[in-house]
Amino acid sequence: MQEAPLKPPSNPPTPGLQGFVEDWSSDQRAFKKVSWGKAMMWIFLLSDTFVFGCFLVAYMIARSSTVTEWPNASEVFALHIGGVELPLILIAIMTFVLITSSGTMAMAVNCAYSRARKPTALLMVLTAALGAGFVGMQVFEWSKLIHEGVRPWGNPFGAEQFGASFFMITGFHGTHVSIGVIFLLIVARKVWKGEFDRDERTWMCSGKGDYEAVEIMGLYWHFVDLVWVFIFAFFYLW
Amino acid sequence: MSQSEDHEEHQQHPLKLYFACWILLFVLSAGSYFVDYVQLQGLLRWSLILIFMMLKAGLIVAVFMHMAWERLALSYAVVLPPIAILMFMVIMMFESDYTALTRMEEFSP
Repeated sequence: MQEAPLKPPSNPPTPGLQGFVEDWSSDQRAFKKVSWGKAMMWIFLLSDTFVFGCFLVAYMIARSSTVTEWPNASEVFALHIGGVELPLILIAIMTFVLITSSGTMAMAVNCAYSRARKPTALLMVLTAALGAGFVGMQVFEWSKLIHEGVRPWGNPFGAEQFGASFFMITGFHGTHVSIGVIFLLIVARKVWKGEFDRDERTWMCSGKGDYEAVEIMGLYWHFVDLVWVFIFAFFYLW
Repeated sequence: MSQSEDHEEHQQHPLKLYFACWILLFVLSAGSYFVDYVQLQGLLRWSLILIFMMLKAGLIVAVFMHMAWERLALSYAVVLPPIAILMFMVIMMFESDYTALTRMEEFSP
């Protein structure tokens, strides 16, 4: 351990509101004790929040300004299982799958903090599998609705804007989940191969035992779950 | 070692916390599903859906994304800007009411 000679003595940053003012008015960096990778992921997620926010607002405008009746989501998304009509059942299962995957991701991040290589990789693969399951169910839902005649320009259930809003919002979310699954597998592979335990610098790892890539990946994955919470409430339950 | 000095040395939390959050998320999701299942209507439906939604979002951001343990500089930078979306939504709500009104005026038989 060698101290950098030109580094000023690092006082612990002030907590609370005072610390917030000091951080934001300070030199060079506002986000103390946060690595650039994590700060950038948060800023990316904020921008993504705006994208999804705009989609949901656009959906809201379309829905509240249409003169024809909006299709009843709990009927459109109902499934017949064993002769019983269950409203929204597939969406409910998808929600539970995504929450479960968020839980396993949180476990993976927790394992990464203690640098447990194999449990971290396995939990990430499990998260990816649940995410892939979610996308699979979404594909099923899409093909069912397309089969029933739902198109971006019209559908047999009511207001024409329903199809466009549905495909746009769930499609964009599904794309996020798919990208997340791919990245989870990439990071999991790196963890499994022990790339974060080697004393070398890569774009994901600053040196031996730097597992922060897992935590940053976790931020993205939880965000995907977070967006689904809003889609579930506004699109499916409204 | 300057990199790992910069960010907090692994903040570890008891597994119990994650499990509690996880179970709570399950319960809240089941709650919002049941709002639809038993077909509650009106104010009760919307308030329950919105309360469950905000609680779930808060739990995910605070516990799973560790926002509760970040410094305020980061929390405020991420949590405050979405207020703009909320404002946008309110503005567009008035606008879409107006659009609906003109459509009813102009296109109704």
